[in-house]
Amino acid sequence: MAAVTLENWVERIRDLKIECMSSDEMAALQSRRLADVVNRAYHNVDFYHKKMKALGVEPGDIKGIEDIHKLPFTTKEDLRDNYPFGLLAIPKKDVVRVQGTSGTTGKLTLASYSQKDVDVWGECVARCLAMAGLTEEDILHVCYGYGLFTGGIGLDLGARALGAMAIPMSAGNTQRQMMCMEDFGATAIACTPSYALHLAESLQEAGLVSSLKIKAGIHGAEPWTEEMRRKIESILEINCFDIYGLCEITGPGVAQDCIHHAGLHVNADYFYPEVLDPATNQACADKETGELIFTTLSKEAMPLIRYRTKDLTSIDHSTCECGRTTPRISKFTGRTDDMKVIRGVNVFPTQVETALLGMGGAVAPHYLMIVDREENMDILTVMVEVDESVFSDEIRKLDALKNKIGAVLKQALGVSVRVKLVEPKTIQRSEGKAVRVIDKRNIE
Amino acid sequence: MGITIQQLSVFLENREGRLDEVLAVLANNDVNIVALSLADTSDYGMLRMIVSDPNKGRAVLKENEITAMLTDVVAFRVPHATGSLSKAMHQVVEGDVNIEYMYAFANGQDASAVLKTDDPSRVADILRGSGFDVWEATEAYASNANL
Repeated sequence: MAAVTLENWVERIRDLKIECMSSDEMAALQSRRLADVVNRAYHNVDFYHKKMKALGVEPGDIKGIEDIHKLPFTTKEDLRDNYPFGLLAIPKKDVVRVQGTSGTTGKLTLASYSQKDVDVWGECVARCLAMAGLTEEDILHVCYGYGLFTGGIGLDLGARALGAMAIPMSAGNTQRQMMCMEDFGATAIACTPSYALHLAESLQEAGLVSSLKIKAGIHGAEPWTEEMRRKIESILEINCFDIYGLCEITGPGVAQDCIHHAGLHVNADYFYPEVLDPATNQACADKETGELIFTTLSKEAMPLIRYRTKDLTSIDHSTCECGRTTPRISKFTGRTDDMKVIRGVNVFPTQVETALLGMGGAVAPHYLMIVDREENMDILTVMVEVDESVFSDEIRKLDALKNKIGAVLKQALGVSVRVKLVEPKTIQRSEGKAVRVIDKRNIE
Repeated sequence: MGITIQQLSVFLENREGRLDEVLAVLANNDVNIVALSLADTSDYGMLRMIVSDPNKGRAVLKENEITAMLTDVVAFRVPHATGSLSKAMHQVVEGDVNIEYMYAFANGQDASAVLKTDDPSRVADILRGSGFDVWEATEAYASNANL
């Protein structure tokens, strides 16, 4: 199947009323739902009752969505402290399922759902599937894992809500995946982008691409680049979409990009997004990078108020070319855990990476940031590898390269940078979780 | 065509023992160093060498993940007579060639100089035309004991 070009694309909007709602109407809807969820959390969840009391906030103080900044934050640590069922706002007997995600610290992050929560989740994913061009005619091959992980069941629920056919393959066994894709005539595939690329290359090697009916790919649960998207799209001749979600909030379906790939549309009638400066907790202007915060506006079992995702993004409230008015979040630029405040400026490692990549291959994007303090001044040193492609026997040329990198980084970060040229392979490679920042400052 | 030879240039991180490691790789692979110059900056060093087998030298360094490259340079004999080098430089300047860097080494009875310029082939012709001995690759890469 050939990918559909933008000119021939037929936009399908599942809930025109909500997804294309005016900002005033949306704010009114969000306000009603926020007042309701705050009320339920305050009266039914001890954790929120105490937190709001400590801040001197009562449900009556929250009259509209503009009052959200008065509310306390919820962190991943709070979830861990109240594991597994401490944040329930409904009786445990009304919980119909749980989903979880393994944390790096060992314990699961567990989320509980009422029947209505499950229905809302399915509805949100169905909106995303429609955004990817799917209808009830389609066959969705789901090779996200099924189980506690939200990927498999989430896409399954979405297909069910849409009335499409779901093939619950779960992950692994590429040979069998390929056979089923061909035999059952899947028209869309849902999996992580890295698995999609692996599968695409395997299908290409097996010469099976032309016998497939697949037209769309829905991928998420891990960061991926535009290059990766284009590669999967070109091998399989499909259109790929970036779906986002997190188990604490609901799972996949919190947001997804449309054919214009101009940010991920947030289902903001259910999940209210804020983007805040991680250092000051003040709201960022549109297109300014900050930490993404979600408030679940209608969740019954485990409502979360101002949950700090630690994901860095920016938000755009303007109307998208697809016609939707729902706010769009940009692809994630990193995690707040990695952020450094250098001379009062927020600096993220990914900014360095983007800037180096932007030099058009002049330098390899392998780098290490070292933050230190000399005479009460923060000093940022960025180590960049000198490989054969940039090496010169003339010190003048290497110094010019060094100065150029310094200028590009200063422009990108807003702070001056000392560039240190190092030998290749000195810096750890980016598979897994490479260390990109070393902070030598001892700040209490 | 002017006669140029190949110099092995190596990027050296300012790290204890790094020069020793690079030299050991060359020694263990029977690559003999005929001449060398070591320049240092605040955060890295630049090692430039004339060796017995530049291609092999580069290959073995690469195997050991050391950044190296080959550069065209000109090596010529500088007789032990006052003003020899001055005369050579004068010819080069007259010929409108820019010198990037230069280093000298002892070579049997005489001294030799290695020149990196923006036009290696031309500078070789200029020097030869002014009566200087410009080393062929085979001569330059050989141990100076035989010269």
